[in-house]
Order: sequence, then structure tokens, then C-alpha cells
Amino acid sequence: MAELRTEEMVLNMGPQHPSTHGVLRVELVVDGEVVVDAVPHIGYLHRCFEKHAEAMTYQQVVPYCDRMDYLSSMSNDFGYVLAVEKLLKIEVPERVQYIRVIMAELQRIASHLVAVGTYGLDIGAFTPFLYCFRDREKILDLFEMTCGARLLYNYMWPGGLSHDIPPQFVEKTKQFIKEFRPTIVELNNLLTYNEIFVKRTANIGVLPADVAINYGASGPTLRGSGVNWDLRRNDPYSIYDRFDFDVVVGKGEMGTVGDCWDRHIVRMREMEQSLRIIEQAIDNIPDGDVKAAIPKRVRPPVGEVYFRTETPRGELGYYIVSDGSGNPYRVKARAPSFVNLSLLPEISRGYLIADMIAIIGSIDIVLGDVDR
Amino acid sequence: MDNFIISRFGNGVLSAVLSSLLPLIWIFPYALFAIWLELKVAAHMQDRLGPMRTGRWHGWLQPVADVVKLLQKEDVIATATDKILFLVAPVIVFSASYAVYAAIPFSPAYIGTDINVGIFYIIAIGALVSLGILMAGWASNNKWSLLGAMRTAAQLVSYEIPSSLAVLSVVMVVGSLSLQDICKAQEGWFWNWIVFSKFPFMVLAFFIYFVASLAETNRVPFDIPEGESELVAGYHTEYSGMRFAVFFLAEYSNMFVVSAITAVLFFGGWNSPFGNFMSGPVWGVFWLLGKGMFFVFVQMWLRWTLPRFRVDQLMYLSWKVLTPFALANIAVIGLWVILRG
Repeated sequence: MAELRTEEMVLNMGPQHPSTHGVLRVELVVDGEVVVDAVPHIGYLHRCFEKHAEAMTYQQVVPYCDRMDYLSSMSNDFGYVLAVEKLLKIEVPERVQYIRVIMAELQRIASHLVAVGTYGLDIGAFTPFLYCFRDREKILDLFEMTCGARLLYNYMWPGGLSHDIPPQFVEKTKQFIKEFRPTIVELNNLLTYNEIFVKRTANIGVLPADVAINYGASGPTLRGSGVNWDLRRNDPYSIYDRFDFDVVVGKGEMGTVGDCWDRHIVRMREMEQSLRIIEQAIDNIPDGDVKAAIPKRVRPPVGEVYFRTETPRGELGYYIVSDGSGNPYRVKARAPSFVNLSLLPEISRGYLIADMIAIIGSIDIVLGDVDR
Repeated sequence: MDNFIISRFGNGVLSAVLSSLLPLIWIFPYALFAIWLELKVAAHMQDRLGPMRTGRWHGWLQPVADVVKLLQKEDVIATATDKILFLVAPVIVFSASYAVYAAIPFSPAYIGTDINVGIFYIIAIGALVSLGILMAGWASNNKWSLLGAMRTAAQLVSYEIPSSLAVLSVVMVVGSLSLQDICKAQEGWFWNWIVFSKFPFMVLAFFIYFVASLAETNRVPFDIPEGESELVAGYHTEYSGMRFAVFFLAEYSNMFVVSAITAVLFFGGWNSPFGNFMSGPVWGVFWLLGKGMFFVFVQMWLRWTLPRFRVDQLMYLSWKVLTPFALANIAVIGLWVILRG
């Protein structure tokens, strides 16, 4: 009998696919439903952040940082203003430091909630998604109360903050922490330990620690592979060295170390750690003026600086070159999503199309962060 | 009890036409109600309100508005489609699911046609749905649609086996394939229902049938053919407007079909749970629809709670779990029937 002729099929996943988390296009080579190769194509959301930054003053760049990773604007601003402050060699007041850490950790919870919720959606569970968004709303309310914006805050300025926290902020945040703790347990019961969810994510998209390090992965994607690396602990910036928290790593509880389930559980547990940090910081906010150190005109000395922070998605680094004028000569952002996305072909070969969705969701990319 | 249409209008063309149209009177309001119910059930399970404005009272007019919207939409047929198959597919899917209503005993006095192989007919005609879905997926000339259609074919064929085996155990106990006979065998109080007989083996049969029927209606956790987050919209990706609505209608109609069959096979069909209290031809309709709606609700409940299986896991569940269990179950029930009656 003649050999049955079979061939591989090229399948375009995206840029308008419901589960690519934005305008990502993945060119899949599939053999039946088995993925032979996956090539991510990016650039659909490129907004010239780095070029724009060259035409702006140092303060004017901050709103553009907001728009890179639009799910964690606070964290983006945090990294940028720390880099500029390092370049300017200015010290910000204690009060500013504390508020910034609280905001960044609240933002981490909000961002992880979106990641976890949409991940459930990818696997087919609709309801956890809405629970996540319900709780994210409470964080956005806190942000709105503070600076008026719900998504793109422009809250952290070089040398300070745009607004001081309102009087009821501390109390409302404490209330949120109290309400949110049981929700994590509920989410775990509904999603994380669901039999079907575990079956869909355990042993899928296994990312060995050495591969993760070679690709330069960071954030929960790296820690899911069991690598104990968190810039808040390993290269402390701002006042993170004052707080007591655990760095969560994947342990392969449901399957292999570094599978999708591990990356998911790292995000779930990081939310608890963020709550711990906020709890330690919220009662110790010193008095002071949050605008005291904001310079009127920023003209850093000639030089360059690289500053990296741990955003919800991983290591976000800013490389800023100053030529002594009011505008940065060059701003380069090392975006965590971009680097993590490069792992996709490596960890998706040999799995099914359905697993592709689970894998893309588990590395938690934001296309605004990938393309900038 | 006699069929009231035949006793009123004689055994002619008129009663045949009436019998075949009667289920439509149920399907359309039911589908609208079920869509509204799904919106509301989903909303309340997700800690939100759902539609609240259309029709003033809890958005009860929302499905009507949806249908009107779908009717007004442009009927898009992509140029590269296989036109004939593309146009026929939704009709086949809906008519296959509608044809099943002919053998559902709505009341002791009304069944479309009381054929002596009723349940066999339902299994056979219900399988036509997969034909329509395959046609839709193939005719769309879209890779995602085709993947969805292939998955459906595999899924429906696999799950018909455990579900038929579960049905068979009921048939063995009753000794008839006619759904009216199966209902009559469960008369009296609710402990006469088949699900409580041969304890606990009939409970197992019910469970197998219900899981398999979820797969046959492509509902969560088995909604793999249209798995939204994977296959865009599966086999109906390319369909819009009223043609899409027909697929939608077929899905909801199928949900009720499997629920009604579950009610008939295991939960007494049109029998009242309380012996002679609230029983009779008219109450029969109430009980059957009520029990059917309860299982429709259970399907929604599951949908908004569970994630989705993967294709190979679905096949594993069917061939390596449900089918062996169903076979063993049938053997035990068969022995029980032979030895103890």
C-alpha cells in the first residue's frame, strides 16, 4: 500500500486570537494537533517608547512608562524614577519611599490577579476571572482615590509623588488586605487545585532552570522553574531590604518543576507575600512632604545609568544616557515580557494546540511591554 | 393513556402536522428563557447582576433583543466557502436536534410518535448533529473551524458509546425501548424511579449517562469543539447573523433534549414524585419540563464552575474510564435482572 501522504500545517494564531493576550501572532507549524514549531511575531503594538523619550524632558517620560506594561503602570514608573534619581543623585524622603513600595506591591497584586484570572479563562474557567477582576477593582479604587487615575497613573515623579495619599487610604488598604486574604483561598480552591485545571497545567510547558537562566527569563516565569531570584531580595532597591517576605519558587508539587502549574502557583503565593509587605509598611509611613525633593528643572550630569526593578512580570531595567541637557539622550527599557516571550518556541514544541494556550498564558506577557 | 392529538383529530395528516409542530411551541420560548437563565445564572455565580435594563424587570427581554439584533445582521458568506454545505449545515444541526423531540414523552397523553424503539431512534437521530457540525467545519474553509469539527466528530463518536451503554441498562430493567413504557414503569412515588432501583448501580448508570450527554452537547467541561480560548469559536467561527443563531438554538435545544431524556430514563419522566398527588396528563407536562429544566440548570452550573478538558484527556475519560465502567455496570445489572428480576 502506498504511504499515506501527510504534511504539516501552518496555523496562524493571532493577532486576533482570543487567547494570545493581545496582538501577539504566533505562527504555528502543526502536525495534526501537535505543535512542531512556534514562531512568535511581535511588533503590532510598537509605540516608539524609546524614541519618544528622547524628545521629552525627564519628567515627561513618566506617562510613557505607564503605557509600556499597562497592567503594572506603578511598577514601570517606579523603575524609571529610581533610575533618574540615581542619575541625579537625589535622596527622596522616607514617606515617599514607603508610599512607593505600598503602591508597587498593590500593583503587583492587581497585575497578578489579571494574570491568574485570564489564565483561568484560557483553561476554560470563566468564573475565577470575574472574581479576580472584582478584587482588582478594589485596588484600582485605592489608586483612583490617591491620584485620580485607574490604569495609567503618572503617580511617581522623579524625586517624589504627584499627590500625597488621602487620609482614608491607610484604613481602606487595611480593609482590602482583610477582605482579600480569604479570596486567595477561594481562588485556590476554585481554580488552582481543581482537578481539571491541574491536569491541564501540570507537566505542560516544562521550563528547566538552566534554559530559563540562559534565555534571561525573570519574574514568576523564572521562579516557577525553582530559581530563587528576586531583585527585591537579591539586589534590594528603595527600601525593600527593610521588609520580611519570602521569595516563592516552584517546587513541582503537581508535576515537574517549571511547568505551567508552578508558574501559576508562584503568582498565587506572591500575592500573599505582597500583602505581607504592605502590612509591614502601611503602619510605618513617616510624616513628610512628598513633593519636597522634586526638582524644578532636571539636568542630570553627563553620564549613564542602568537601574533594574522587580515588576510583576520580572526584571524591568532602564538604561538612561544623559548628555547634560534637559532631555535624555537615550532611554532603553529591558522589558521582562519581551525576554520571557522568547522562551515560547523552546517550551512549546511537542505539546498540543490546547497546551499552547496554557503555555502562553503561563508566561504572562503583556504585549504593550513586549513591543513598547 | 391515549395520545390526545390522535384521539381528537384522528390518525391522519392533520394530527401528524400538529404533532410535529407542537414541540416548536416549547422550543422557542424555552430557548429564549434558557438564554436569559444562562445570562443570569452566570452573572449571579460570578458575583454580578447580568442584564438588568432590557424589559425593565431583570433584563427579561435581553434574549429577544439579541435575536432581533442577529436577524438584522448581514449574512456573511466568505468567498472561499463551500456554499451549499455552508448553508445546509446549520439546518441539519437544528433539524437533527428537533427530530429528537418526536420521541420525547411530554405527558402520558402526548408524545410526537410513540414508536416501540423510541430511545434507539433518539440515539440514532441525535448522532446526525455531528454530521452537521462536520459539514459546517469543512465548508467554512477555515483551519480553526476544521480543527473544531474534527474534534467534534471524535468526541461525539466516543461519547455515544458510554451513553448508549448507560441507556441500555435502563432498557434491560424496563424491558422496553419505548420511552412511554419506560415512564410507565416508574409510576408511583419517587422511590420507584429507575435511578433508585438496583442501588447503587443505576446511580452509576445515571452518572455515566449525564457526563456523556454533557460531552454530546459540547458543554463545559467538554466544550472542546468550540473551545473559545483555543479554537476561536470552533466550527461556527465563520458563521454570523441568523445562521449563527440557528447553531445557538440547536445547542440550547440539545441541552433540553439530553436533560429531558435524563429525566425520562432515570427520574420518572412525567411522573409526579408524590404518587398520585399532582399527577395526570397536564401535570405530566409540568413535571417533565420541570425536571428537564432542572438538568438544564445543572449544565449551566457546571459550565460556570469548571475549566475545560484537553482533547486527549477527553478521549481518555471516555474510552478508559466511562466505557469500562458502563460495561461492567451493564453486566452487574444484567445479572441482577436475571437472578432477582
